This record gives sequence, structure tokens and C-alpha cells, in this order.
Amino acid sequence: MLNRQGRPSTPSQAADSAAAGTITGNRGLLQEEALIFEIGEEGRTGVDLPDAPKVKDRLGGLRRTGRIGLPGLSEPQVIRHFVRLSQRNYSIDAGLYPLGSCTMKHNPRLNEKMARLPGLGDLHPLQPVSTVQGALKLIDTLAGWLKKLTGMPAVAMSPAAGAHGELCGLMAIRAALKARGDVRKRILAPESAHGTNPATAAMCGYVVDPIPATAEGRVDLEALRVKLGPDVAAIMLTNPNTCGLFEREIRQVADLIHGVGGFFYCDGANFNAIVGKVRPGDLGIDAMHINLHKTFSTPHGGGGPGAGPVVLSEALKDFMPVPYVVHGKDGFALVEHDGARSFGRMKSFHGQMGMFIRALAYMMSHGADGLRRVAEDSVLSANYVMASLKDIMTPSFPGPCMHEALFDDRFLKETGVTTLDFAKAMIDEGYHPMTVYFPLVVHGAMLIEPTESESKDSLDTFIGTLRGLAEKALQGDQAPWFRGAPYLTPRRRLDETRAARAPILRWKPGTNAAPAARAAAE
Amino acid sequence: MTIRYTKDHEWIRLDGAVATVGISEYAQSQLGDIVFVDLPEPGKKVDAGDEVAVVESVKAASEVYAPVGGEVTEKNQAIIDDPSLVNQSPMAEGWFVKMKISDPDALDALMDQAAYDAYLKTL
Amino acid sequence: MRYLGLTEADRRQMLAAIGEPDIDALFRDVPAGALNPQIDLPPHQGELEVERQFAALAKKNISPMDVPFFLGAGAYRHHIPAAADHLIQRSEFLTSYTPYQPEISQGTLQYLFEFQTQVAMITGMEVANASMYDGATAAAEAVLMAQRVTKRSKAVLSGGLHPHYRDVIATLLDQTDQPLVAAPADLDGTEDLSGLIDDQTACVVVQNPSVFGHLRDLSALAKACQAKGALLIVAIAEVTSLGLVTPPGAMGADIVVAEGQGLGVPLSFGGPYVGLFATREKYVRQMPGRLCGETVDQDGRRGFVLTLSAREQHIRREKATSNICTNSGLCALAFTIHLSLLGEVGLVRLAEINHAKAVQLAEKLAGVKGVEIIPQAFYNEFALRLPKPAADVVEQLAARKILGGVPAARLYPAETALANVLLVTATETNAESDMDALVGALKEVL
Repeated sequence: MLNRQGRPSTPSQAADSAAAGTITGNRGLLQEEALIFEIGEEGRTGVDLPDAPKVKDRLGGLRRTGRIGLPGLSEPQVIRHFVRLSQRNYSIDAGLYPLGSCTMKHNPRLNEKMARLPGLGDLHPLQPVSTVQGALKLIDTLAGWLKKLTGMPAVAMSPAAGAHGELCGLMAIRAALKARGDVRKRILAPESAHGTNPATAAMCGYVVDPIPATAEGRVDLEALRVKLGPDVAAIMLTNPNTCGLFEREIRQVADLIHGVGGFFYCDGANFNAIVGKVRPGDLGIDAMHINLHKTFSTPHGGGGPGAGPVVLSEALKDFMPVPYVVHGKDGFALVEHDGARSFGRMKSFHGQMGMFIRALAYMMSHGADGLRRVAEDSVLSANYVMASLKDIMTPSFPGPCMHEALFDDRFLKETGVTTLDFAKAMIDEGYHPMTVYFPLVVHGAMLIEPTESESKDSLDTFIGTLRGLAEKALQGDQAPWFRGAPYLTPRRRLDETRAARAPILRWKPGTNAAPAARAAAE
Repeated sequence: MTIRYTKDHEWIRLDGAVATVGISEYAQSQLGDIVFVDLPEPGKKVDAGDEVAVVESVKAASEVYAPVGGEVTEKNQAIIDDPSLVNQSPMAEGWFVKMKISDPDALDALMDQAAYDAYLKTL
Repeated sequence: MRYLGLTEADRRQMLAAIGEPDIDALFRDVPAGALNPQIDLPPHQGELEVERQFAALAKKNISPMDVPFFLGAGAYRHHIPAAADHLIQRSEFLTSYTPYQPEISQGTLQYLFEFQTQVAMITGMEVANASMYDGATAAAEAVLMAQRVTKRSKAVLSGGLHPHYRDVIATLLDQTDQPLVAAPADLDGTEDLSGLIDDQTACVVVQNPSVFGHLRDLSALAKACQAKGALLIVAIAEVTSLGLVTPPGAMGADIVVAEGQGLGVPLSFGGPYVGLFATREKYVRQMPGRLCGETVDQDGRRGFVLTLSAREQHIRREKATSNICTNSGLCALAFTIHLSLLGEVGLVRLAEINHAKAVQLAEKLAGVKGVEIIPQAFYNEFALRLPKPAADVVEQLAARKILGGVPAARLYPAETALANVLLVTATETNAESDMDALVGALKEVL
């Protein structure tokens, strides 16, 4: 059995209800909203379409019979529905979003405008390449920026997200090993690694062998030496790491893994801390994905889409997936089939073009000077948060940190307040909580990433709020209050246990009562 | 009747030739509300340390390992239908599987109640 | 720099509070010589300067808006209602992340629940997840899921499956040296896969309509799979077809994957798109990806949470059902808004129009000497046999400002038998005058 930090997943019934009191269940600007299936009616539509041309159908007898069950809504109904839903979300645009390891920075609207330009946003991926030279140039330009910022010779552009980039990197490593007739079994990864690292390694058939950390939160070189051997395909190391620290001995790590013929995969989730400031290529890495939705501000969109291009070393670049852009004799060309060394294909078409456009607009806006400033200000802001809270909360490791500050729950030890309770109390103060319970290597982790987007005033208010909450927790008798938080949200703590024990994953006719009726019934 | 524990927090109780396996009070409290249990079909043969079941809470998932080698003879359908039984009664109604064990002496290598209690204090 | 929040005075004060002399002192853990490299890239620029450069890039492309346009082959041009693009740009949708804190993410969670319901409804399946990257990656994940469910390894791929889907599946299976049988390209739509299914087969993957446009009844194939204990995975590349065509669920599919781009998501040169993933309720714990579920809050009010997370990488790590983390949330939202606007009436009508336009186009093209329409039954896309190489024809059409289709050779470069095959699509965006322009130009070119 594992010994993981349990946390309450069923809300306590003790705390009082703030919801009741109105006829509708609404609270002023905060309006209850039913599911579209409960609003819509058969026969209505929000899109006017002409009659179909009269033809004899050629469906081969496969015409759908019976109703699908979709509701019909007018355009104003649809707009009202989704506007009301939107008002139930926190967002970067509304406030500081210190979700560690996610880099919730400002998303410039210029990016959105550029992605919608006619001639960019509306191109079909399989148009003749002669008709999309501007699009291919854009991909090539972005690739050039990524190579220069990382100091790496090549980049695979097609991966759709960070985890997909990890998969791309490990596939390239596996292909390179295979090309030299070398079958290897193990991947080393620190205990503090993001869950995608071991999950990705498993998809490539590798066994993950964890490496412990030192007392100061970095890879234990001695432990690494012990684990090394001729069956180690690669090490997957996040740098800066998930504890918010720069891996000081990264070059030794690179030398050690290369010494046994393995490869160095760097998880670039935290590239924001070093963009323009340090080139991973100068540190001996072989592959690294770059989350364009983190460092380069393409929006997170409620959980994607992202983009995860992977920079590759000389040793790996020939194995990159198709397609890729090359400079041909008549301009840019696309290699969509590479029978030679490419390990294959990762998705349909050429990559997340919409994200490429946004990321390039962001990069060009900042320039080399602005990107360096991004790294500096993100690191400065995180250290400022750490310095301003270290007397009352408990930093897990001595600083300086990089772009995120890691605290644990030692300061709450005698209070009865958990990390989760503390996070939920932040919500009532108008903040999205930091990342909690990750990384797993410290107890009750709170990982704060303020990003470079915040003003000092904004940071000071945030710091003041956390100090206030910590002081409140330390009063000693406040655990029940914390356990009841949040009090001021559209919904209070949700019963995750109930959701998981008897999953309801879709609406069905007659199964879900409207929210107000539901509340009344219970 | 003897009860023994593993370092992974499984318990095994020998009652004549039949052994019953479950997870300890400590294990259920660490996992939190259990929402799903996956149990093996009777007839499955396992060695000591083999994965014999999976238990999931909202925020964690964990394998349950066979404390000793043997053959699964029965699974507890009641905890499949209502996983909260594991939280309510981990040592009794919330048992996981019954096994016919190949070597009763293998239990001697495991911790008795006193040793397990002492072990918990070190965590 | 307009996006940065700190002034020079702020920086000095903050450094003083931290107790460090300068910013580089915070980077002291970086190895010697690696800090502050010279990077040969241009300096920062204002909005106007950046816009000019993107506009110049856009001008180097031919926009489908400006010319008769007939491309499909896995990505489809449809009209996106103005309300859909407006709503997805609301700050609270655009600039939030995965709903880790459900109390302040009910907007995202509720639309994911609605998305899951819509996907299940149109595919005719019981449950759906909260989206994958695209149709092809969803298909590959479906194969891995079928392996977990059946505890077998062999995958059989139809020759009507889009080659991108085939290659993504093959690439993934190759990592663990899993057996794969890919049937030869099925131009005529006559393949019979039943002989390839045996008691080692985990799944059969078939696309409907096929990459060449054939619509087929898959019920017999479903029975053949069932008889051997294999799962039938049906891939749908053009999601609007589900408004008119018998859904895979009604034909006996075990898993349905689809490219959802056709509803709400612009072509955008190939991405980002949105993968749909639906299956039977009994397999739900083997599903990849995020799932949103209904529950109640502590005041007893209905609410939504991410659920069954113990399948996922952040908890299960190397034993997770997939490594997927960030998926395609905002595209799923666009899909859900577009489908909400259409409703049942609108989706069916949209699909009727697409099909009727394609039939019209097929009739017109059939009148061109030397052109043969291959599928008997199709939705809005079909393969044509031309009297000469389709790639050359497409280039000649492009020179006449017509984007006339996708040459099969673009997807099957090694198959000389497909060199003269062209894939052509008509949607609601094609005016009859576009069709006549294509027919006229083809007559000149052939």
C-alpha cells in the first residue's frame, strides 16, 4: 500500500449554507444555469440554413433513423447560457493565477487577432504547398526562434501538448538506440517528476526507475551513479525542477548519462524561468519539449489545446517525426513521408498551427530582450513571494528559487488546517489557489508560480492575503472555518467521492433535475 | 487464528487452511474514501508480492500485493458493490480475497500486530 | 515592454526585500558560462509592427475564402457561427486552465459535461470523454484501450482508414513492438476484413465514410469482431456526417473516435483540432483522458467535477491509461457551442446540405470526359479517378486559382495505383458557381 497524503474528498456537512434565500437560486449577478438539454426544445435552432438542393440521396440506405436527442436553442439562448457558464470560472484575466508548474501568464489579445487573419486561420493543411508558402515560412520562423532560444540544432514541431512532446522525445531516443542496435529497458526519472514522465515512458515500453532527491531538493548524483548502467535508455529530468530549483549539477548529469550511452531528456515545462537567459543546449541535453501554452502564452483554454514542439540534438534530429518543413529549391517544402530514419507520425497534419501563430506573435512582441526580461521577472517575483512569506509559511528548500516557490504544510502542523483547506480559503479571497499536493516529495505541497505578468502591487496584495490566512490558521481554533471554505463561490466543496463511486458522465432524459429543483428536493 | 501484516499495509488472517487478505486500518485512512476496487477472479495463482487487487480513492490509486503465495479462492463481491465497506470495516467486512496458501510457514516472515504497530510509529 | 508588470523601481525594491544585489544573483545555480548567452534574435516590437509581418505572411497564401475550394481528407471547411468564435474568446474560458478547483471552474466543467453528452448522443454511444488532441491520436488511444480491455495485442486496420490515422497508430504500437495488420488501400470500398480477425485480435479500426468516401454498413463487421472477442473501433473523420448517417453505435461499435474539427473549429492549417472519444459504459475505467462527472456540493446543489482521475497520469503515473494531460478544452467548447446553436434541426439540415451539394458536384463531375466517380454511397466527399496524375491536375487548378481537392498521392506517395485518384469534398460553403468553375477548369486541364 502506498503512503500518500490523504485529503478529504467528501465535504463536511457541518458548515452553513449561504445559498438559500432567493426564489431562483440566483444571487444577483451570479445566476444559476441549467444544462442545455434542460433549456432547449425540439424544433428550435440558432443557425439559419437554406433548404438543401433537391437530389436523390446516395447514402446507400444508411440514413439515420430516429432522433439524436439534441436540444434546440435560439442564438440568444445559447449566448446567455455560455456567458452565464463563463461567469462561474476563474481566469488569468480576472486575477492572479499562481498555479505552479502551469505558467498562467497574461495571454495577449494580439495573438488571438493574428491567429484569425484570413490567409492564416482558414488554410487547409493539404493545400498545394505552392499556395501556403507564407504558412510554411511562419512555421520555419517559429522553429528558428525555438532553436536559437534553446541553443539546439533541430526542432520537431508536430506534438500537440507537453505530454505529447515527451512522447516524441522518447520515441526519437528509442529510434536512435534502435538504429545502433541497442535495446534498452530503463528510464531514470526523479521522484519529483510530473506524472506524465513515467506515463510516457511506459507508453514507450520502458520501465521507470525513480532517482531520489537530495535534502535540498535536487537530483542525488550519487544515487544516480548507482542506478546507471548499459540498459538505461535515458534520464528524464525537469529543469528547473518541480521543486522550483535549478539543477545545479545538470552538466554532470548529462556527462553521466552520456557516459553509459544513454540520452538526456529534459522536461521543459518550466522553461519560463530561463527563456532568453540560459540555453538548455549549453547544458548537454538531447531533447526537450516546450509548452507553447506556458512559456509563450498561447492560452490555456480551460485545458488545452496546447502545443509541445521538441528541440533535438544532433544525435536525435534525424529521427524526428513527419511532417517537417524544409527549404526546397522553389521555396519551402513539407516532408510528409520520410522512409529513411523518421520514427513516424504523431498526429494528423502538421502541428498546432493556431498555437504557432500565437506563440510567434508573443515572441516577436517581446524580442530577445523582452524574453530575457520574462525569465528575470518571473524568477524575481517568485523569490519575492518566498522572501515575503518565509517567516510565516514554511518554504521546503532554501532559496533562491527559480520561477516558482515551493512551500509545505509544516506551518499548519498544529492547526488542524490542511493544505487543501488553506487553498480553498484563498478562493473566497478572490484567488485561484496555487498547485497543491504536487510535487509529491514534500508533505502538503503548495507550489506558487506568480509569473512575470504581475505588478508589485498585485504581488503585495497576494502576499498580504496569504499572510492573513496563515495568521488566521495559526490562531489555533480556525480549522472548522477553513474546512468549510469556500463560502462565496457558485458551488461550495463538491462531493468527489459520490462522483467517483457512481459516475454520472452524461445527461440523460429524465435523470437530471434542474438545479434549483434539485436543491429544493435535497 | 493468526493475523500478520506486510510493510505495504496488507493483512492476512489464517483460519485453518483458508487465508483472508485485506488492507489495514492505516491503509484505508491514508487512501481516504475508497471509490473502486478491482479484484481477481477465483483460480488466479499468485506468488508473494504479486499484484492481487487494485484499490482507488478519489485522489490515489494503489495496488494490493499478495502477502504470501497461493491461489485465490474467493473475492469479496460486497466491496465491489459498495467500496465504502473498506473504509468502514477494513479488517472484517471489507476483506478483499480469500486464498489457499501454498506454504503456511511463509506467514512467519510477516509482522505480527505488535511489530506492525511499532512499524506504523516509524512512518 | 507592454506585457510585463514590474518597473525598474519595483525590481530594486524587490531585490532589496529578498536581500540580493542583482537579478543574476538569483540565477547563481546556473553552471558557469551558461548564463546570459548572446542570442541572435530581433528586439521587442509594438503591435503594429508585429501585425504587419503576419499580414505579409498571410498574403503569401491562397485563402480558401477567396477561391473555389474542395479539400477535405480529414479536415473540413464549414461555416462557423459568429457567436461561437465570440464566446470562446471570453476571458473566463480562454484564460483559465484545467478545472482543478471545481468551485471556481463550474463553467468549464459544465460545458465539458454537455460536450460529453453531445458526443455520446451523436455517436450513438453510452459515454464520452472530455476530448483528445485530434481524431488520429484518439484512434491510437482507442487501440491501446482495446488492448487493455481484451488483454490481446493485435490491431487490424482497414484500408479505408486515413493514412494519418494509420501512421499514428503504427508509430505508437511500434514503441512496444505490438503486432499490426494494415489492410491495403481500399479504393473500391469492397474490402472484407473478417478473415484477418482471429482470437489474438484486440481490435479492428475502420473509418466511415472511408478516406475514399465510401459509406458502409458496419454491422456485419461488428458481428465478426464480437464472434472473436475483438473490439470494433469506428473512426469518423467528418463529424457533421453524424447528422445524416446511421451512427457507429447503432452498427455495433465498441469505441467511436472522431475528428471534431468540422463543428466550431477553423481549419487553421491542420491544428489545433479536437478528438472525440466515446465507448460503452462498461469500459469507462479503461478510457484515456479527462472525464467530467455530476455530483452535488455540500449544500446539496448539483455541480460537476473531474472524476475517475485514478486512471490518469497524475495519480497512476506509469500505470495510467494514457499520458495525456492538457487536451483540447477550448476546441471542445467551440464544438459544443456550434452544436448547441445548430440543435437537432440544424445539424440534420447542415448534413443534408453537405450531402446534397456533394451529390450535385458528383453529377457535374461525372459529366467530364475521363472522370470516374468511385464510391456508390458517400456523404460529402468522394474519390475520383482522373485520366492523368491527380497531383499535376491539382497544381494546374491552383494556377487557375481553384483549390480542387487532395490528390491521393499526397497521402499514399508509394501507391502508384492511386496516382490518378483525387479526393473531392463539397460542403455548405460551396456555391454552385464554384462547382461550375471546377468542372470548367477540369475540362481545360484534362
